[in-house]
Amino acid sequence: MSEVVLRGFGWRHAGRKRWAVRGLDLRIERGERVLLLGPSGAGKSTLLAALAGLLAEDSGEQEGTAEVDGLDPRKARERVGIVFQDPESQLVMARSGDDVAFGLENRGVPAEEIWPRVDEALHRVGFPYRRDRPTAALSGGEQQRLALAGALALRPDLLLLDEPTANLDPAGAALVRTAVARATDDDTTLILVEHRVAEALPLVDRVVVLAAGGGVRADGPSAEVFARHGDALAAEGVWVPGRTVPQRQAGGPAGYLLLTADRLGLPPRLGPTDLRVRAGEALAVLGPNGAGKSTLALLLGGLLRPGTGTATASAALAGRDARTPPHRWRAPALTRRIGSVFQDPEHQFVTGTVHDELALGPRRTGQPEPAVRATVDALLERLGLSRLAGANPYTLSGGEARRLSVATALATAPRLLICDEPTFGQDRRTWLALVDLFAELRDAGHGIVTVTHDADFVAALADRTVTLERR
Amino acid sequence: MISIEPVAAPGAPLARRNPVAKLAAALVFSFILLATLDPVAPALALAVELAVLPLFGVRYRVLARRAWPLLAGAAGILVTLVLFAADRSGPVLLDAGPVLVTSGVLVTALGLVLRLLAVALPGVIVFATTDATDLADALVQNAKAPARFAIGALAAFRLVPLLEQEWQMISMARRARGVDAGRNPLAKLRLFGSTAFALLVGAIRRGTRLAVAMDARGFDAGVPRTVARPQRFGLADGLLVAGAGLVAGAALTVSVLLGTFRPLLG
Repeated sequence: MSEVVLRGFGWRHAGRKRWAVRGLDLRIERGERVLLLGPSGAGKSTLLAALAGLLAEDSGEQEGTAEVDGLDPRKARERVGIVFQDPESQLVMARSGDDVAFGLENRGVPAEEIWPRVDEALHRVGFPYRRDRPTAALSGGEQQRLALAGALALRPDLLLLDEPTANLDPAGAALVRTAVARATDDDTTLILVEHRVAEALPLVDRVVVLAAGGGVRADGPSAEVFARHGDALAAEGVWVPGRTVPQRQAGGPAGYLLLTADRLGLPPRLGPTDLRVRAGEALAVLGPNGAGKSTLALLLGGLLRPGTGTATASAALAGRDARTPPHRWRAPALTRRIGSVFQDPEHQFVTGTVHDELALGPRRTGQPEPAVRATVDALLERLGLSRLAGANPYTLSGGEARRLSVATALATAPRLLICDEPTFGQDRRTWLALVDLFAELRDAGHGIVTVTHDADFVAALADRTVTLERR
Repeated sequence: MISIEPVAAPGAPLARRNPVAKLAAALVFSFILLATLDPVAPALALAVELAVLPLFGVRYRVLARRAWPLLAGAAGILVTLVLFAADRSGPVLLDAGPVLVTSGVLVTALGLVLRLLAVALPGVIVFATTDATDLADALVQNAKAPARFAIGALAAFRLVPLLEQEWQMISMARRARGVDAGRNPLAKLRLFGSTAFALLVGAIRRGTRLAVAMDARGFDAGVPRTVARPQRFGLADGLLVAGAGLVAGAALTVSVLLGTFRPLLG
């Protein structure tokens, strides 16, 4: 059990003008379980890194104090465990059991105690495989369970979870939440950062909301916090439980045919799939992890050569090019007709500024410079990115990067837009903006295909769904 | 897919030996063979290597698949040397217009190809029969390599297969943005460069996150590490290294006795 005390705590990363977190006064008692909320950029992750003792003294400037059990967190590291968002970059070893043992070896735990403690930690998180299961063969949810076991094996008094389910599908996220519930007991102080509040609430007994400009915005039992600040928090992008989302289905029937998939597939990732996409409709592709949804999005987007069957564009979409399949079109021709938004926005960034990023597509397709400028300015305005026009795309927050990646696909005004998990890990504000944007595009006659796990998104937007089965 | 998994049956008597012993044996064997330029010693060594292969639990077909770049390289060298080497001494074996093959040229070319195979094959066998985790463990425990280096390299190694997927994703994402090179070789080169740069940026970011995660679990924090998977360097392991030296030495001796020995130096 650990006690956390912050007095006027602030941290500014070296080389940054803005304080990542500032003016925090907070006391967390032993054994408390706290959900830490706040708009993106409020410094939640920085605070967790500080408590885990991961902010080296020479990597920035500190104000005030942070203490874990009365100690500087850098000196209390063996009392603290932390699990991060991305499973790929926190597993160290090739075999599951070895990965849990890694931390125990580092702490110098006697060899004969290591394997019993590994087994105990794996059991506590409900890990369903043997110790020699390759970490690469685990699903995202299973990898996060393993990462949790790796932290728990060290028997931390303070457990920090930094959006451990943000990169997972609903089934994987549920696995991790169950594991957290199973694995933590009254002896563990827990601090959890999580966007999906409703799902996280059963794990905690206190909610702390950080303010955007620094300091604590609200603090108390969850029911009390949401009763008092619910509206304001929802407006700031927090997923306050019990709020409904708007319904934006199409007003009229779908229009002309854009793209036909005829037994389209790529073994072993995707079996033969039949599909038609029309103008003025929003089609949602559903299915469990491993069903080949992302592969289907790439095939429809003309980015992968099909292994079986064909994707055929209609003459309305591609004119005379309709005779050749989309994957053989030149890139500028493709991007004028079919826009693709990838799951990871950073994959799509090619230039050094937000402005150039939006101008790239129009320039590649040969638009005159005044038209390029008009397109870019309109998109910056529409997606609330105007003040970031000069920023490097890689420095944007998750929500900003997502909005930019959608905007880049829209810049060349393609009739068909294909998005892979566009709402993954987004706060409520960005989420609502995306639903509005897609609904408007659809109503203006664009065809929209989204691959998604997000049931709310499907309920709010989709006119039709297609469900793929696991192979 | 970049293969990093061992392909041997794990129970085979020599595959089971300590990874550091296998690595040392391969190094000793190869270095001794480098001393001669003649084809006899490497031919003998190669015969021994192929003969002990079953003891490492590697099947010949699997080895051929794993070592095909090496075999292709060797075949290329053989053809090139036979056709273009300046040395045209010895009796003529084949005279077909511009192609003149003499026994001298054939012996030199064969010698070089056999050396290449005999020297490289032990390394291929070691990596085909050794798990990367075991190698890192043994390097730390038996060869006193710093854990910071061995375990750090192991963690980085685990990310290598991800790079290939990442490369495909970046390439497709660029095409979706309207960026392609078409038939212009200069544009192709530029696109390759910028894709590689994006890959590098991604790899550094991922590596940084991994380093922080390792840090959070107490890696390299100054506490003496314990080991979960003890690696033993026993008598059998010592014998493997000694045996490798003896066999290579014997091959050289035969070559000297037959009078074919041509020292690398002098």
